[in-house]
Amino acid sequence: MATQVETKGWTRDQMAARAAKELRDGFYVNLGIGIPTLVANHVPQGMTVTLQSENGMLGIGPFPYEDEVDPDLINAGKQTISELALTSYFDSAQSFAMIRGGHIDLAVLGGMEVSERGDLANWMVPGKMIKGMGGAMDLVAGVKKIIVVMEHVSKNGEPKFIPECTLPLTGKNVVDMIITDLAVFQRGNHESPFRLIELAPGVTREEVREKTTARYDD
Amino acid sequence: MQKIYPNAEAALEGLLFDGMTIAAGGFGLCGIPERLIDAIQASGVKDLTVASNNAGIDNEGLGKLLRTRQVKKMISSYVGENKEFERQFLAGELEVEFTPQGTLAERMRAGGAGIPGFYTKTGYGTQVAEGKEVKEFEGEAYILERGIRADLSIIKGWKADESGNLIFRKTARNFNLPAATCGKVCIAEVEEIVPVGSLDPDCIHLPSIYVKRMILGAPYDKKIEFKTVREREAA
Repeated sequence: MATQVETKGWTRDQMAARAAKELRDGFYVNLGIGIPTLVANHVPQGMTVTLQSENGMLGIGPFPYEDEVDPDLINAGKQTISELALTSYFDSAQSFAMIRGGHIDLAVLGGMEVSERGDLANWMVPGKMIKGMGGAMDLVAGVKKIIVVMEHVSKNGEPKFIPECTLPLTGKNVVDMIITDLAVFQRGNHESPFRLIELAPGVTREEVREKTTARYDD
Repeated sequence: MQKIYPNAEAALEGLLFDGMTIAAGGFGLCGIPERLIDAIQASGVKDLTVASNNAGIDNEGLGKLLRTRQVKKMISSYVGENKEFERQFLAGELEVEFTPQGTLAERMRAGGAGIPGFYTKTGYGTQVAEGKEVKEFEGEAYILERGIRADLSIIKGWKADESGNLIFRKTARNFNLPAATCGKVCIAEVEEIVPVGSLDPDCIHLPSIYVKRMILGAPYDKKIEFKTVREREAA
């Protein structure tokens, strides 16, 4: 029989839902582009979480209705959005003052590679077109807690949680938590190693071990 | 003193020269000084260094100055979605100083505030830190970044009074405010010019002292890079 053994794991939306469990009432949060954006759909009922957009806005609302689209109202991904009653606008220097100054509680970002010491690479692949780091380096430098959400392995099956990043860094020793489609890793502070704290449904410790080259506590 | 000029070409009179540095406001295509960019393109001034978060897209915004090869160097944080930029960059025809977005905003703010350099954690341990002084404060490492002083600032505002007090609209404020402060001369283009006294003094975003010249740029056909909408639920 040619039955394929399929890994269960988490979907992109389930990874976002897992990241949303780290939200707390009153948090100011910055969400990156891609899976991190989906976290906004999983804010628990009754919890106030204010989303920051680094182009100069606190209090991001949902995508607008067709007749509300406003070219002067976009998010950091340059998508049209809407405002809320609590929204405020400010300039880019003020926006990054609150990011760099440690006023944002949590940022959820995508990642290409994370090292066992918490280095993050997510902005550049040498030899390919370089688009730039945007606000990612400022976010990892200043936000209180950094969660990286990424697939556990690359499209070629290469581990992404590795001993040492091979790609140019976005930040050194900056990641607090890693959520992949297979597992969750966390560390208590920037001196300790990551620990495997959770497995996605149907995923075993052995499978995670096999697909990870970084050292971590089991 | 009359700050209002009849059009962008007139407002730029005597300010442009080859090899100059220009600081431009805008984020993507949101809040870009498009009338001034068009007039700079028409002037033919070249070898420009442009400090701007983005480089426009093909044939929009600063993308227009790239197409005509008037830009020698960009100081930017993100330059995706621009084929001509990519071609010139990969061919080595265009120099780019990649600067983290917050560092770029602060470099403009600092330059305009008389601060020639500042220390930031952003970029420490990355390529951005290469060749820059590192200094420790309370056990943490910071890198030295330089303030930007431009020959000219070009910005887009929403409403200005005749004296140059200016307000922006929603997320179109972005880099327009820090960019306005760091140029020897700042030219603002706005959607509406109102009499002095019409704007609430408590609600001015950019005080008139920074705005040396301005033009009425309306009507604007504002472009959207990624239009995203939601459906109305059926009643």
